[in-house]
Amino acid sequence: MSEQRDHVRDDGFDDWLDAIENGEPYYLTCSEEHGFLPPRHVCPACGSADVEPAPLPATGTLETFTVTSVSTPTFEDDAPYVVAIADFGPVRFTGLVVERDADDVEIGMTVEPDVVSSETTGERVLAFRWCSTSWCC
Amino acid sequence: MSEVRVAGVGLTPFGEYAERTTRELFAEASASAIDDADVARTDVEEVLYGNFLGELSERQGHQGPLMAEAAGVQAPAARYEAACASGSAPVREAVKRIRSGESDVLLVGGAERMTNLTTGDATEALATAADDLWEVRAGVTFPGAYALMARAYFDTYGGSREALAHVAVKNHEHALSNERAHHQQAIAVSDVLEAPQISSPLGLYDSCPISDGAAALVLTSESYAEEHDLDASVAITGTGQGGDRLALHDREFLARSPATRRAGERAYDDAGISADEVDVAEVHDCFTIAEVLAIEALDLEPIGEGISAARDGRTTIDGDRPVNLSGGLKAKGHPVGATGTAQIAEIAALLRGDHPNSEYVEDATTALTHNAGGTVATAIVHVLEVVA
Repeated sequence: MSEQRDHVRDDGFDDWLDAIENGEPYYLTCSEEHGFLPPRHVCPACGSADVEPAPLPATGTLETFTVTSVSTPTFEDDAPYVVAIADFGPVRFTGLVVERDADDVEIGMTVEPDVVSSETTGERVLAFRWCSTSWCC
Repeated sequence: MSEVRVAGVGLTPFGEYAERTTRELFAEASASAIDDADVARTDVEEVLYGNFLGELSERQGHQGPLMAEAAGVQAPAARYEAACASGSAPVREAVKRIRSGESDVLLVGGAERMTNLTTGDATEALATAADDLWEVRAGVTFPGAYALMARAYFDTYGGSREALAHVAVKNHEHALSNERAHHQQAIAVSDVLEAPQISSPLGLYDSCPISDGAAALVLTSESYAEEHDLDASVAITGTGQGGDRLALHDREFLARSPATRRAGERAYDDAGISADEVDVAEVHDCFTIAEVLAIEALDLEPIGEGISAARDGRTTIDGDRPVNLSGGLKAKGHPVGATGTAQIAEIAALLRGDHPNSEYVEDATTALTHNAGGTVATAIVHVLEVVA
């Protein structure tokens, strides 16, 4: 199979990573106030086409995590790494937990979103940083 | 509405057969099913076939006609894909067609070739069942996704790796007499706990193997079975499918399986039975935690108590309601596109009395299969009953 062309952006997703990098993270919401991630034309919960961006809460709470030792080839050099799901209120999302030893990661940790580079591919990866104090975020 | 009879079942051994193409695997399974049913190939009206990874593992799309050819059947054919539920999707479709009166004889099945890929490439291929943008690109593997659910379960309901280990031990025990199982090897709780971690808290022995294999069924209408005097005592009396958002983080629950609950409720309603009537079940145990989530969502165990079912003997071979007497995906193996069909083949054999473990469910009349796609964004449940 042929390789995908380099540097073709994914609408919605890459825009969202840009927003995290620019310090202006957002989520999408509808008239019923459901929260969801882009790219979306309609709310996946109620089907409303009234979709607007809204500022993402600055911090989230880590809900669950895993230390992955056996990775796909695209994360080979990153392994072992911690993947987590964090709850930001209107939305949850999944990312790598960085700058924290795997043994110190725990459910309930306060985290902020970030974007890092994969050690294996150099591609951008959604990440969570631990907020050690309330003023850090 | 026409009753759907399981007239014939066929399975290849599940295991590491890297050199066997899916067309060759399906040729074997379909020949067994057609022989078992004792129907003429010319009577087969359509072939419904499940497969997930064909493009990635064999560079082969458009597998429907190829598999009809392999089965020696001149009939229209199509492939069904629902990730790890790819083997149940065509069964559900076949049930609907026979019930509607559109068809009388259908060849249904699935196959997967996986061990010709490296472990890394197979892991990457399987991960395509998750959300590419929001999960795979964040480093989620399939063991990783189920590990996220396992830790969320422990945090919500309690439980431990040791309790999960009993699920693996049970299913390996069940597979000891199943000569087609990928692993016919007893393991101890300590083996599971000491095995290398794949994605904590899940280790190597919490995970099903990467397997090759195929499964096939001949499904007929009741009238065709009677007219042709077929030995088809088992019917598929209920079918149900449930869906959920693709990415785990978009779900309402991280430690429950609503898609399975919806599929189960629909299948129970369709068959006119309750969960209490299920004598034996084959459920999707790609990882040990998956079996726990499945039996809870199917109302075979209360929420939060599925974790102790294997340890306390409720789902073991001599328990009140054995689960995964075939060995399950965990020990029988999980050639993805074949799994759902194989579950039905195993249950039909158990109910007919010609399965190595039939003696443990001698009085069983009602059974259930549960097959999940991805991290259970798709769930398909079937109810099988002895009717003749």
